Amino acid sequence: MTDRFELPLSGASFGADPSFVELLRQRRPEAMPAAPPTGGPLELPHGTTVLGLRSADGIVMAGDRRATAGYTIADAKMRKVFAADDYSAIAIAGAAGQAVETVKLFQLELEHYEKLTGDRLSLEGKANRLAQMIRANFPLALQGLVVVPLFGGFDERRNEGRLFFYDATGGRWEEEDYQATGSGAQPAKNSLKKRWSAGLDRDEAVRVAVEALIDAAEDDVATGGPDLARNILPSVLTVTTDGAADVDDGQVRAAVEDVWGGRA
Amino acid sequence: MSFMPYVSPDQLMKDRSEYAHKGIARGRSVIGLEYADGLLFIAENPSATLHKISEIYDHVAFAGVGKYSEFEDLRIAGIRLADLRGYSYGREDVKARDLANAYSQALSGIFTQQWKPYEIEILVGEVNGEVEGTSIYHVLFDGSVTDEHGFVAIGGHADDLGETLKQRYGAGWDLATAVRTAVEVIGTPESRTLEASQIEAGVLDRTRTQRRKFRRLTDPEIAGFLGG
Repeated sequence: MTDRFELPLSGASFGADPSFVELLRQRRPEAMPAAPPTGGPLELPHGTTVLGLRSADGIVMAGDRRATAGYTIADAKMRKVFAADDYSAIAIAGAAGQAVETVKLFQLELEHYEKLTGDRLSLEGKANRLAQMIRANFPLALQGLVVVPLFGGFDERRNEGRLFFYDATGGRWEEEDYQATGSGAQPAKNSLKKRWSAGLDRDEAVRVAVEALIDAAEDDVATGGPDLARNILPSVLTVTTDGAADVDDGQVRAAVEDVWGGRA
Repeated sequence: MSFMPYVSPDQLMKDRSEYAHKGIARGRSVIGLEYADGLLFIAENPSATLHKISEIYDHVAFAGVGKYSEFEDLRIAGIRLADLRGYSYGREDVKARDLANAYSQALSGIFTQQWKPYEIEILVGEVNGEVEGTSIYHVLFDGSVTDEHGFVAIGGHADDLGETLKQRYGAGWDLATAVRTAVEVIGTPESRTLEASQIEAGVLDRTRTQRRKFRRLTDPEIAGFLGG
């Protein structure tokens, strides 16, 4: 273990590796997410439902706030949707500890690349890099520590929002419309199927996302519904040409009340 | 059997130092100065992509003069060190002082042990919280490091620029005044007036709400400051 560097860096090797994950693997392998020594089933917190959809000016990503460990609620206010950098976002379901660590590493990976090369990765490049990181996580997935992310962002070159969906092996698909993952994915997708249409504006897309999460919470025990009394609201994030931004609590609360109002 | 002729350490160090000085004197300069909201780095640099000034970490920035490949080496090593430290400990545990020390150790090792010294000088700047948290470290090719206050110039005409800055510098300048003055000063040694396109500028702005306080100034922005 060392974080000391031998200089000069310029020598026999050609080009500086802009990957933080590779750097970490070389310098501090003990800090990499690693498989637990035993293969037995572990009761670890799991994050549940996250979803993403394309809107007219970019994408919206949202997630409930619950983490479960078996039949107990491990956390009622967990956050599963994060800005990965200025123009992309990542939402994660699965083993919570692994998931949060993966997000942190991925964020650093993008920042490190940007600082070293002076350029942001293309959205395609970011999506590929994430696939490789999930693939490297595969031995853990075999032990039940599955991490399945949704990734999306604003593609500055194509000038549109794009959405990617992954499985535990690092397989990657691009979604044209919407996608959900986690235990409540099926009811969320059923809801999105009815409500989503091409060219939703930002506010409509936020409402559709919130409604899908409410539907997921109604049909899936592990998904937490909004709790206005305790101010537990879904986390919702948008990425547009202005960058990634959290939707403020006021708007999310209004969307929740609107959906509930329509069903009363 | 070949053998090295005896050279006294005195002479050896003097030669190396002279060699490094010559290399640095051939290049352009960089000015670092404190302004109301943080730290400003200004460089004369006709290239828009080969940077002399860059971000190391959230609140730490870097500037180098001399041989590009050599200070680029140091920049990359600095980013790697900072990102690893920040990941292993906490983001606020990354300090410019630690980086300056690491640079100083590395450069001092190179100066005494390598075949030739690095022909560079660098600045490591930091803004942290309020004005007291602002620091600029100046590291030389032989590893000597100084803690600068207010302003500093490195590179080709460092001494002249330092003198001029001493007469003109005023604490608490706003960004426009700081940029305008720094650009004027950097042109003084050869009595030139520099255009925005010949200037590279970056700031560590402690008023930014984002975690990353470093920001490059664009050419139109610099032109605006110069015209105003």
